[in-house]
Amino acid sequence: MTVVYWLAYGMLGGGALLALVRLARGPSLLDRVVATDTLLVIIAAGLAVHAALARDPTLVPVLVVVSLLAFVGSVSVARYVGGMLVDPRGDGQDAGPPEAAGQRTGGTP
Amino acid sequence: MNAGPLADAVALTCLLLGSLLCLTAGLGLVRFPDVLTRMHAGTKPQVLGVLLVMIGGAIRLQGWSSTWMLLLVAVFQMLTAPISAHMVSRVAYRRRHVRRDLMVVDELGMAPPRAGEARGDEPADAAPEPG
Amino acid sequence: MSGTATDGGVAVRLRHQLPLLLWLVLVWNLLWGTWSWANLISGVAVALVVTLVLPLPPVVGGVRVRPVALLTFLGTFLADLARAGALVAWQTVRPRGIASSAILRVELRTDSDLLISIVTEAVTLVPGSMVIEIDREHRVIGLHVLSVESGEDLDRQRRSVLLTEERVVRAFGTAEEIAALQRPVQPAGRPS
Repeated sequence: MTVVYWLAYGMLGGGALLALVRLARGPSLLDRVVATDTLLVIIAAGLAVHAALARDPTLVPVLVVVSLLAFVGSVSVARYVGGMLVDPRGDGQDAGPPEAAGQRTGGTP
Repeated sequence: MNAGPLADAVALTCLLLGSLLCLTAGLGLVRFPDVLTRMHAGTKPQVLGVLLVMIGGAIRLQGWSSTWMLLLVAVFQMLTAPISAHMVSRVAYRRRHVRRDLMVVDELGMAPPRAGEARGDEPADAAPEPG
Repeated sequence: MSGTATDGGVAVRLRHQLPLLLWLVLVWNLLWGTWSWANLISGVAVALVVTLVLPLPPVVGGVRVRPVALLTFLGTFLADLARAGALVAWQTVRPRGIASSAILRVELRTDSDLLISIVTEAVTLVPGSMVIEIDREHRVIGLHVLSVESGEDLDRQRRSVLLTEERVVRAFGTAEEIAALQRPVQPAGRPS
């Protein structure tokens, strides 16, 4: 039992550390988004492993929150970065890929 | 409802496999060259790893309440992981966070940016644009 | 709610949103963890408030579920998940890493929002392939593939997406949509 305990936490901790390395080094914002997302998933997995090994269901609701938080966080940052493409004269909609945006606004960037 | 040693062994195997997938995800995040490939590494523990850990937890916990909640977490993950992956990778592709030199085929063939187009967050190691 | 809607309008809307209501009540009960009448009734109340305050566009066409085809789809999907997960994990760990990746265009044959969404979700959930672009008008998805070693890999990936689409349509689609699967697809990615 102790072996399983150490193995599981060791692997989870290693994964979390590597995700932190990418979070610190990642050259762009999106790299950090991906790293944060993965880190939160690893945290959720760690909470579940603790709940399972200790047979302690107290943490399970926290798990629901963490897993939803990962989704909401990465989607909102992705929308923020994508929003840099939004045409300022438009109605605030996603301008789409460059060529489509060019057609919609009459080809003048 | 008494857990036999077999159920326990299955649960522990699931937990260990899930943890191993989380470790490889971190490894992939560090080793892979660009955002899209790192995205692949990131979605893998979200799907298979979390599923395995949740199965292990559900076997170990056995209380109906927590079992259902773990099931819910797994379903949420499987519904939301593709959406966030799609949104992040779509933005990454349009922002050209992509190492084209490492790509065999690019059948979408996005046009190079026009001069003066608003460009936001570009990676420091962005591949040079053709043309 | 638009206040001038007739009773019939509200009833039609409620009928269209019934699957969503059922799903919300189910989630509410699962979150509480126990089944009781109080949870059921409060869940129905919360679901009604959520669907009326935050309305979603209705799913066009509706859903038909064929149990056998659904089981086939789920079984193959889980097998794919396990196989591709192990493969990607190995590609991560092995010393030479991944060779190179590719972006494919795949033209789907189905023309329904719901079915395209399900296909996209299933393809993205399987490690190693990820949908990065959807062109709804031309029914084309852009697919990013991790680790391509040869042209055969590309063909295999394309075929597997089309097979996934076929299984999804057989599980959820109408008869016309299943018939539309017989339409020939262009073998190459580029449109002529």
